Amino acid sequence: MHGTRLASALSRRHFLLTAATAAGGFMIGIGAAPRAARAATVPWQPWNDDNAYAANEIDAWIAIDPDDSILIRYQRSEMGQGSMTALPMMITEELHCDWSKVRIEYASPNRNLRENKVYGPMVSAGSRSVRGSQKLVQQVGASARERLIAAAAARWNVPASECTAAQSVVTHAASGRTLRYGELAADAAKIALAKEPAIKTPDQFTFIPRPMPRVDVVHKTDGSAKFGIDAQVPGMVFAAITACPVPGGKLRSVDDSVLAGAPGVLQVVKLPNAVAVVATESFWRAKRALSRLQPEWDVGAAGKVDSEQLSKEYRAALDEPMVTARNDGNVDQAMSGAAKTFEAIYETPYLSHSPMEPMNATVNLQADRLDVWVGTQAADEALEAAAKASGLKPEQVYVHNGFVGGGFGRRDASDEVKQAIAIAKVVQRPVKLVWTREEDTRQDKFRPHAVVAFKAATGADGMPTAWSMRVVTSSILASVGRRLPAGKVEPQAVNGLANNGYSVPNTRIEAAIRNTHLPVWYWRAPGVNQHVFAIESFLDEIAAASHLDPYRMRRKLLAGKPDWLKVLDTAAEKGDWGKPLPAGRGRGIAICEDDDSLCAQVVEVTVTPSGEVKVNRVTAALDPRYMVNPLTIAEQVEGSVIFGLSAALYGKIAIKDGAAVQGNFDTYRMVRLAEAPKIDVHLTPSGGKVWGGIAEVATGPISAAVANAIFAATGKRIRTLPISDHDLRGSA
Amino acid sequence: MITIEVNGTSRQIDIEPDTPLLWVLRDVIGLTGTKFGCGIAQCGACTVHIDGRPMRSCSVPIGALDGAKVTTIEGLSADNSHPVQRAWIAEDVPQCGYCQSGQIMATVAFLKIFPNPTDADIDANITNICRCGTYERLRRAIHRAADMLKA
Repeated sequence: MHGTRLASALSRRHFLLTAATAAGGFMIGIGAAPRAARAATVPWQPWNDDNAYAANEIDAWIAIDPDDSILIRYQRSEMGQGSMTALPMMITEELHCDWSKVRIEYASPNRNLRENKVYGPMVSAGSRSVRGSQKLVQQVGASARERLIAAAAARWNVPASECTAAQSVVTHAASGRTLRYGELAADAAKIALAKEPAIKTPDQFTFIPRPMPRVDVVHKTDGSAKFGIDAQVPGMVFAAITACPVPGGKLRSVDDSVLAGAPGVLQVVKLPNAVAVVATESFWRAKRALSRLQPEWDVGAAGKVDSEQLSKEYRAALDEPMVTARNDGNVDQAMSGAAKTFEAIYETPYLSHSPMEPMNATVNLQADRLDVWVGTQAADEALEAAAKASGLKPEQVYVHNGFVGGGFGRRDASDEVKQAIAIAKVVQRPVKLVWTREEDTRQDKFRPHAVVAFKAATGADGMPTAWSMRVVTSSILASVGRRLPAGKVEPQAVNGLANNGYSVPNTRIEAAIRNTHLPVWYWRAPGVNQHVFAIESFLDEIAAASHLDPYRMRRKLLAGKPDWLKVLDTAAEKGDWGKPLPAGRGRGIAICEDDDSLCAQVVEVTVTPSGEVKVNRVTAALDPRYMVNPLTIAEQVEGSVIFGLSAALYGKIAIKDGAAVQGNFDTYRMVRLAEAPKIDVHLTPSGGKVWGGIAEVATGPISAAVANAIFAATGKRIRTLPISDHDLRGSA
Repeated sequence: MITIEVNGTSRQIDIEPDTPLLWVLRDVIGLTGTKFGCGIAQCGACTVHIDGRPMRSCSVPIGALDGAKVTTIEGLSADNSHPVQRAWIAEDVPQCGYCQSGQIMATVAFLKIFPNPTDADIDANITNICRCGTYERLRRAIHRAADMLKA
């Protein structure tokens, strides 16, 4: 096989393996791990070296060795969301194979390019890894199973319809004969099916849903899991970089004479908008040397922008013409005759993604080949971007994706890859570029700043009869480089508002885009992560003014929607809604839809006399429609709650002189164990036509649920985030 | 030249003495299980044991460590058998996993001082940041590890 040859020729040349395993040794024993006997496995180094091929392939996805061990390729990016376990589980469901003999590795983006996107889109974003490839991977598994059955039937000269497959064995019941998958794989590889088999419907599943320990966990407890930042290439040098702190600005000049004689410093690389220092032996040398440079920047008018000014501009734009995203009934008419009306403005700041692994990329640029080691959410796009930046053909580019040390939407722009290539072109050596934490925060593509103005009218019963929501925010699509036709609202600008579940007969949602010099990007649950705070808090305001219970009011507005009611009722019941609490404590509730999933949360807080907010407990209910691995789903809900809670309590990127003020975790605060509430997760899958995503939706309700709980405890309404900006002393 | 012992192996390190231990481990020795998260001892992703004490290696210069014994995540056990590792696996703690070497090393040291930890002990002493928000399972794993260490 040509693939095997390629592997042996290239893998040793390109890798320096530091662990005690043999070169190219993908598998390490996990002998002492408690579940070794039952679990599928993945390599500690997830990327595929150079070869995209394996011995005994049935197709690009599956190889079965004579000993029945099965290699399944995984085409997304594992960043903790668990799809490296879930997708092979779905293949296993169809393949009828023995999960304990499955090993999983990343598919090759290069092969995907050369073989006409055989793996589909290699991207993990929008909670799409499972729901966006469910049909594809089921078909992969079903086709392989049918080909294995056909191979056995041919061997026995019986109709395939008389044969069945289970646990990696094909059986002909009538004659009692069996053949193992390992004995059939070579024949199956040659079989082309006349017609693709139908994939199972969820009611036919026998292997999923099933709580399954994630396959990557063992390597993440012994330091062996390889992230992009862990790549080691012979001859590699290290680069540290500072880009212009004001996005869009340019490097005017930098005096690098101060670095004369600095140990190990190879070169100062000037890029149009950044300066990098390249050094030998350790990243520290590059970082320390970089800190001694005092680059001068051309920042233009953006250098005068600050948060207060942006807030004023956004609030002023609330009165400007907008584009309509949704318009039910007649809001103006309903407002004019209303018993009572309400108005409020909500505002949420820029946020940084701040994954624990700072942005980094390692590249080896040669005349006819480029290797890139990076943790990316979008391996396909990284490959294309690397080809463009290097001038090589895409088929000459090899992207080796690592375990991704946190993505949350940040790791699909490939800006770090392009920077590393630009540096490698100058230094002509393999180079590892690592961003400092400060660079990672300040050169983020931020969660947008947004302002939402609400108006609502209520009837005699206190229930809303009409509401209007007007949004001013900036365009993620513009940062991505895409354009919407005039008159269209980009989905994330109104996500969380336009898809609210409430039956309010007169509903109007409008948006205006005001872009600034600050790039904005997808941040876990785009739109939902800020607009659900706004709408669910505003609804709480109406409930309070109408003397209605916030849970029961939501119930009424969700009448006729059993899936929404189920998550709401579950969160309320399990979260002890309505049970008395002592003074200083309060409960809040919120609900939202995102990625076709639903999530409701009930939160209990304590507000101390000194104004500190302690979130004691979060009860979350999630309807993901269907489930593969309920364990992962619960973990994602827990993680999303904490992610959203950091934003709710502390999250703010302030802008001063055009640049992000916060740089490191001392100023950009995160929830730690001491602030982490008890989280209970309840899953209520309702089925239906679509699969829901599980990695983002639970980020939505938490900020409103906390703010509503603070209101219940103190009577103080939080209309801007973060909560730490508000003085709650003596309010409880 | 500085001599340190890393996971039982003696190492001669010839680099500027202000180089933090983190970069010696990762870039000079090639032990990449210890992670860079912040560089200012805020996040704890770089936690290792120096002479048995948990330290944030991003902020400890190698020049101060002549003769020190360092244990990294790679040196905790040869086969994932340390009770804290086993507890982490049993509770399915890591998500992205990037902070977990530091969380585990911090916990191993913590449980030596607090063999019967309360939640308040954990809150006060395990201060590493996990951006994925694995705290619910992490707390359970700490209690489980404490039980396993006693058994």
